[in-house]
Amino acid sequence: MSTAAPEKKEKVVQPFDYDKYLRPNKLPHIWCPGCGHGIVLKALLRAIDKTGLPKDNIVMVSGIGCSSRTPGYVDFNTMHTLHGRAMAFATGIKFARPDLKVIVVTGDGDALAIGGNHFIHACRRNIDMTVLVYTNATYGMTGGQYSPTSPIGSTATTSRYGNIEPPFDTCEMAKASGASFVARGTAYHTIELERTIYDALMHKGMSVVDIIDACPTYFGRMNKYKSATQMMEILEKDNTVNIKQADKLPPEKLQGKMLRGVLHKVDRPEYCDQYEEHVIKKATSKE
Amino acid sequence: MAQKKKLLQGNEACVEGALYAGCKFYAGYPITPSTEIAEGLSVRLPKVGGKFIQMEDEIASIAAAIGGSVAGLKSLTATSGPGFSLKQECLGYACIAEIPLVIVNVMRGGPSTGYPTGPSQADIMQAKWGTHGDHPVIAVTPSYVQEILSETVRAFNLAEKFRTPVIVLYDEIIGHMREPITIPVPGELEVIDREKVTCEADEYFPYDERYEIAPLAPFGSGYRFHVTGLNHKKDGFPTNDSKQIDANNRRIMRKIENHKEEIWKNEETFLDDAEVVVFTLGSTARSARFAVNKAREEGIKAGLLRPLTIWPFPDKAITELSKRVKAIIVPEMNLGQMTLEVERCSKKADVVGIHRVDGEPITPAQILDAIKKHK
Repeated sequence: MSTAAPEKKEKVVQPFDYDKYLRPNKLPHIWCPGCGHGIVLKALLRAIDKTGLPKDNIVMVSGIGCSSRTPGYVDFNTMHTLHGRAMAFATGIKFARPDLKVIVVTGDGDALAIGGNHFIHACRRNIDMTVLVYTNATYGMTGGQYSPTSPIGSTATTSRYGNIEPPFDTCEMAKASGASFVARGTAYHTIELERTIYDALMHKGMSVVDIIDACPTYFGRMNKYKSATQMMEILEKDNTVNIKQADKLPPEKLQGKMLRGVLHKVDRPEYCDQYEEHVIKKATSKE
Repeated sequence: MAQKKKLLQGNEACVEGALYAGCKFYAGYPITPSTEIAEGLSVRLPKVGGKFIQMEDEIASIAAAIGGSVAGLKSLTATSGPGFSLKQECLGYACIAEIPLVIVNVMRGGPSTGYPTGPSQADIMQAKWGTHGDHPVIAVTPSYVQEILSETVRAFNLAEKFRTPVIVLYDEIIGHMREPITIPVPGELEVIDREKVTCEADEYFPYDERYEIAPLAPFGSGYRFHVTGLNHKKDGFPTNDSKQIDANNRRIMRKIENHKEEIWKNEETFLDDAEVVVFTLGSTARSARFAVNKAREEGIKAGLLRPLTIWPFPDKAITELSKRVKAIIVPEMNLGQMTLEVERCSKKADVVGIHRVDGEPITPAQILDAIKKHK
């Protein structure tokens, strides 16, 4: 320990103050060791911080499930609603108060199975909200049943003989439904995820971020993954390619891989603006 | 400002009532026989800067309306039986999270798709017990087009005052019937607005047990708090503490139970000396009034007790009445939902149900026959 400190100049990086956005007395959270939800939350908080939005103007809405417990831990206007219904509740809040920033935190079962109808219609309206879909291919809170993103052949407590249902591609569905910003990230690529969420938050209109996030407790154990880190390496690192790198890779290297980054971004009229500009204007004009 | 006379349909009167009460948010889904409410508000709300949205389904409609209310706007959704079934999940959410909201259910024949264009009064028990778990319910039951307007206003007042969903329950007959009505001038009917929160942000608890009903701060007003459908503590965060769960479940029931006298509203006709009393609501009360008047003309001591609040059930009025009358006749367009409740409350009098589920109204003649039989 007597060695003198190296003389090279170090860039001083202030650690990010997460406590500024958390409700410390509501911690510890309920997530299992190895779950990526906490990593995603940290990326989200750093992205929110970059937007400079005041906490009073941020609303976070969720449905039911592990990821849907997020609003309880963050110091915004928070609403933990019903299974699948988060986007419908959020639509009401945003439409009533278009000046507020509305963020929906949901899981793949919540958003795509029980809430599938609300998801596609929120995308269709292109209402200004950011939806983060934590995709872990399982129903974690109820103990590991197969979900709408579980791969064919995967094991779950309700698919002991292997899942026979093909999974949804969340991003393709969001795009086809009309979302004007669609992106994918993973809990593994945490800096990239922060940037992606920031871009989503800054986009006007419906922005959807599909976040690949492993559940070692249920999906991992039942599908013979050795550890949480191995799951992240296989499912999040090796199984995905950033869209900017994808152009440079031969097709065989992209086989079976999911694309990360901003996959779709267009300018399209936003719902609350349209209501103001067309409905209110026509209804109140003297003619 | 002079009062305006209008010839309106019941559902159109509901629109007038909602606007009078200061409703600024409607989310709904088309369903017969309530669609005229959505159609009317889609035209009228934007004229007053209000929000109208047609959602993707019945569930989304009530969810969005709850969202609108949490964001501070007086919110409404309207439906009929099948849609009311779908809304039950969110109705329970609004009960436990204590979100003010008005839900109109224009009753049609059931079960299931049933008889979409025919009337019924078969959602009386669904209004009370449709959502799971013990929960408080307020349901108001107008009988006339004019009353649909005033009871819609009262429903908003009760919702805001008691921080709870309130159901406006009426049958297709008065929903689609046209009657001349008077549009009240501002100030003529009482309008209760949501209590403003004035305390410091760090002293605010959305379920503060120091109050029977704590005021609800709108999202985005500087009071950052948590709302959940889970059993929760005074700060709105989930709890597994059995004492707190018990206290909260009992409190939300008590806040209605303790104020029943204020929520109840009965119209009493010829009850002073009545020996046979008809107890009924909605359009059936109109037939009953005719029958009771006829009976009086024939010298029979008949009376009418008409509840404009069916939930909480007017048990006290029925119990008192049952001690001094021979019979209580309960006509209803279902197979006995109210009759059972009246039997529960009646101490001495015979309780006689008249039930009809063929999509036709109960006639004055049917009721008059029963009065004569039990006089």
